[in-house]
Parts: sequence; C-alpha cells; structure tokens
Amino acid sequence: MTAAMKVLIIEDDPQAAAYLKKALGEAGHNADLAHDGDDGYAMASAGAYDALIVDRMLPGRDGLSVLAQLRAEDDRTPVLILSALGEVDDRVTGLRAGGDDYLTKPYAFSELLARLEVLQRRSGGDDGETAYRVADLELDRLSRRVTRAGRDITLQPREFRLLEYLMRNAGRVVTRTMLLEHVWDYHFDPQTNVIDVHVSRLRAKIEKGFDKPLLHTVRGAGYVMRGQ
Amino acid sequence: MSATPPRHRRLGAIVKTTAVRLSALYLLLFGLCAVLVVFYMNSLAAGFFMNETRAAIEQELRSLDSIYQRNGMRALIVAIDRRARAPGAFVYLVADPAGRILTGNVRALEPGVLDTPGWTRRPFAYEKFRAHAEYGPQPHAVANIFLFENGMHVLVGRDLGEPERFQVIVRRALVLALGLMALGGLLIWFFIGRRALRRIDAVSAASAGIVAGDLGRRLPVTAAGDEFDRLSASLNAMLGRIETLNDGLREVSDSIAHDLKTPLTRLRNRAEQALRGRDGEAGYRDALEDMIGEADQLIGVFNAMLQISRVEAGYTRFTPAPVDLAAVAAELAELYEPLVEDAGGHLDNRASGPLVVDGNRELIGQAVTNLIDNALKYGLGAGGGTVMLDGRADVAGGRVELLVCDDGDGIAQADRERAVRRFERLDESRTAPGSGLGLSLVDAIMRQHGGELRLEDNEPGLCAVLSFPAAGP
Repeated sequence: MTAAMKVLIIEDDPQAAAYLKKALGEAGHNADLAHDGDDGYAMASAGAYDALIVDRMLPGRDGLSVLAQLRAEDDRTPVLILSALGEVDDRVTGLRAGGDDYLTKPYAFSELLARLEVLQRRSGGDDGETAYRVADLELDRLSRRVTRAGRDITLQPREFRLLEYLMRNAGRVVTRTMLLEHVWDYHFDPQTNVIDVHVSRLRAKIEKGFDKPLLHTVRGAGYVMRGQ
Repeated sequence: MSATPPRHRRLGAIVKTTAVRLSALYLLLFGLCAVLVVFYMNSLAAGFFMNETRAAIEQELRSLDSIYQRNGMRALIVAIDRRARAPGAFVYLVADPAGRILTGNVRALEPGVLDTPGWTRRPFAYEKFRAHAEYGPQPHAVANIFLFENGMHVLVGRDLGEPERFQVIVRRALVLALGLMALGGLLIWFFIGRRALRRIDAVSAASAGIVAGDLGRRLPVTAAGDEFDRLSASLNAMLGRIETLNDGLREVSDSIAHDLKTPLTRLRNRAEQALRGRDGEAGYRDALEDMIGEADQLIGVFNAMLQISRVEAGYTRFTPAPVDLAAVAAELAELYEPLVEDAGGHLDNRASGPLVVDGNRELIGQAVTNLIDNALKYGLGAGGGTVMLDGRADVAGGRVELLVCDDGDGIAQADRERAVRRFERLDESRTAPGSGLGLSLVDAIMRQHGGELRLEDNEPGLCAVLSFPAAGP
C-alpha cells in the first residue's frame, strides 16, 4: 500500500486548491497550500515535502521558474506540473524545467492521484531492482522470464513491458494514459478501450489456471497489481 | 480619425508625406545641376569672350605697330588720338616715362597698371573721357601694354562692360529660373502631397469602418492602377482571408453551440434526474459516473476543437524532429491489433521503412490512431474486415505517405470533402459515438506538418492517406 505523503499544492485558484487538498486528504495524504509562486517557493524550500503539485500559471511568479529555482538548488522533490497549456511543446518545456510529470487541466482526480503516488516512488530514480514479485508471480528483468508458482508464462515483448510496469508499481493504481505513456511512449488520451484489451490479454496469461486474481481493475481509474 | 484635422496639422501632414519629401529632394538635386550647368556655360562664354578680346587687341597692336614702323612715333600718336575718338573704340592710352597721360581716351587708371609691360594680369579699373554721364560702376578693361625704348608706354585694351553686363544678365536669369523652379516645386508638393494624403485618408476611413466591425467593407481601388491601388488590392485580399477566417469562427461558434450544448444538456438532465430519483446512494453514484463520462467527452471535444482552431489560426507549437512513419505504423499496429481482432477484424501492417518525415511523433501517432479508430468504427462490417496500414515514399514527388485503409462501405466521392470538415458527421454515422472531430483533427495535424489528408477509394472501402512532404536532407 502507498504510504501517506506530505504534498505541497502551489495553485492560485483557491477553490481548485481546496478541492485538491480535500481529495488528497481523503486518499490518505496530507496537503499544504500555497497560492502564489513566492509563497510556494518559500514553503517548498523550507518544508520537507514528498511531492509538489505546481500550477504553471501563477500570479507574480510562474510555476516553471519556481521549479527551476528549486532544481538549481538541488532540491530533488518530485514535481507534478499542472497546466492548462496542453500542447506538445508545453509538455516538453515543463519536463525540461525539472518536472517529473505533466498533467493537463482539466484532469481526473484519479489520474492525478495515480501519477502522484507513482512519482513518490520514482524519486529514487530507477529502483534498480532486477526482479519483481507479487504474491506467487515473479518477473526477472535480466532473463526476461516470468513465472507464476514456478510455472513459466510466455509473454510478447510488449506484454512483458506492461507487466513490468504494473509490477514495479504494485499496490498503486496506474491509469490507462500512464500505461500508454510508459509502455508505448505515446502521450495522448486513448479514446477507445485499446489499453483494456491489452490488459485483459495479459490478465488471461497470468491468471488463467490460477485461482487468485492479481491484476485488478479499479473502476473509473485504471488498474492495480495486488497480491492480496 | 475621421474628423478633419486643423489646417496647420494638415499642412504638417502634407510636408511629411513621402511624395513631398521626394519632390523636395528632386528639386534640390535638379536645382544644383541647373546651377552647375549655368556656371559652366557662363565660364565657357567668358573664356571665349576673353580670347576674342585678346585677338582683337593683338590685331590692333599689329596695325599700330605697322604705323609706327613706317611713320614713327608722331604718326602713331596721331593715329591713336584719331582712333580713340571713333565710336566703339578700343581703350587707348599713350603715357610718357613718368606715367603722365599724353593722349588716348583714358583719363585715369588704376595705379601700377603701366608698370609691367605685356598683358595685364587681371581686369583693371579706369576712367574714360567723355563718359561723365555714366554713373554706373567703374568700367573695367583688359589691355596689352607696350614699352618703347624711349620709355613711352602705349596701352591698347578693350572695355569689359559688355561681358560684365552679360554676366549680370545670366545671374539674374539664373536667380529667376531657380525661383520659378522652387515655386513650381512647392505647387507640385502641395498637389501631389495632398492627393497622396487624400488617398490615404480614404484608406484610413475604410479601415476605421472595418475595425468598427464592417468586415465586408473593402479599401477603395481607383481606376488609376497606381501603387496605392496595388496596395489596396493586396490589403483587400488580406481582408478577404480575414473574413473567411471570421466566417470559420462563426461556423465554429455555431458548431460549439450545437455539439457542446447537447452533451451539456445531457449532463444537466442526468443530474436533475438523479436529484429527483429515489435510488439511494447507488443511484447517485451511477449518475455521477455517467456525468463524469459526459464531462470527459466534452473535454475531448474541447481539446480537439482547440487544436484545430490553433492550426487554422496558424498558431501551433511543436519542434519538428525526424519521425519514421514506418516505426509509428508498427507501434500502433501492435497497439491496435488486439482491439481490431476483438472486433472481429484483422489488422495488416504493410508499411516498411524507413519513411522519414519532419514532424512530431506524438501528433502523427494521434492522427494514425484516429484513423484506425475510424476504420474500426465505420470500416468493419458485421462479418469482420481488414484494417490495412501501408506506407509509400514518392521520392520524385518529394512526398512520404502513410495509408490507413479499410474494406468497409467507404465514403462516397461527393461526401469525402464534407467528411473532413469540422463537426461534420455523415448521416450514416450519426448513431455511432464520437465527436465528429476525428477526421478534422487529423486534417489539422497534417496541415501542422505542411502535409494533407486525402480520402481515396479502396474499392471497396476507404483509404485515408496522410501525405507528408519528405524530410529535408
């Protein structure tokens, strides 16, 4: 399960910020609010946060400059950029400024939460694990071998990457767009159920013949890999 | 802008016009040339006159010399005395060694002139006999002075009054001509400048009307076909383009009214229905989920519209990089294969690379995805079908193309253009879900890449062709 996070929200719209704080609270996380870039920067550099949610367009000082300054001071706190600017190059600019992830407004809270929780983990960079294990399902990243209860499971390369990503984030919800981003490297919203079809094929391979389901669908959000 | 400016401001405006500035410059240069030409001619004339004068003086000297040779000094003095009295005579003077004037028609002379024999170096002033009536400036003359062994001086010269008068006339004519030129220039300034200004005022007035919202108005074009007309014509062409864009915008507003209000109404109805209902929490939950679904759909429509309008406004942001269309096709074929198979169809990717274009992989991916979605939605019949991806490079034509084809019902030739248009949904597809923006979004993405979307007949079925300009070397 994901640990409770201490999050700083830098967002100038008080209603959106309050909603976000409340929703994060309900998800078990603690959030502080900053309403402009200067406050946000002061709070971010003073308090030890697990993650920052930064709006790009802020009064006084924009989110990217706050982020750039934090990064210049070697502050590695994971940052999720929220922005109404959704063009391809906006995203690139945001990530270049030091953002770890970029979410375009309007967003679904489930998407934001899933991305935030994955970010917390990513702060350590690649986890360096050579193998993942969820219940009796094992994935060896070096030999690219997948077994369940000792039985070999044959996967296509893309299915392997899908499973790898899901197992790496075991216990955390991953959304369809996150899967499209990390497994296929495309950053748009899949309008059709194209991802679901891949997940259900993978699910059939790792669950068929075993009584315990591992890959669960979270309604309205995405998928989660969980042993119990 | 339309109010008549005060008179002095108007004059100031005339002076500032290009026509007036150019005329002033021309006038200045022309005047300068005229002055130079006149001075040159004048100095030529003066030189010619002086040569003539000297030749005449020498001739006279030679004639006097022959008298002296034949009859001696006395006869010379008599001859000079006689010649000096003749009308239109030369300037004559005979002086003793002390410089006292013995005879001739000169009463007084600039001092020092007699000291050096030969040609006087410059015109000198002198006073004539029988010239009391003349109150003009002191006459000037050039002369040759001859010194005899006994110390007698004989001076024969020519009065310069005539060439000097000529110079005065030339100078006066020059001043008069320059004055007339300046006056003419001023008049030309005034009329040309005012005419230019009037044309500009007309253009300003028309522009003000257009700014005020009369987009159908055009700048005046006269029959003259001059540069003003050319300028007005190009501006009118620009205005035409703006009007087209504006019409497009109006069309979008209408479409927004329709395509966004419909789901918004559904959203609202769903909320009202949930509030009225007595289904308890489960009912609310269902309603809320439906509403989020509707909202997501709206956001999708909204994003697509934004992207399309950005392209149409010529405002897009992405940094092009080399993209291999064959690689994109392979990735997306792999992504979509299970979905197509689940729909009972078959996906066949025949694109082989590399097919490199300059662009953005994300956007191209999105375009291809939309086309595959469309093929899935409309191209697959009940009995399945094939979605085919193919690529081709037309090296000679400088184009690289990616094709997404199906073998379904296709789109009739007459309807193809309409199918690409924003919000257009062919009647046959009204019932299928979708924003009606899929093909227009693809078209927009293609135009962002300097390419185009073509719909072709697949006999049977439809081939959507993404045609890119080939990547530069």
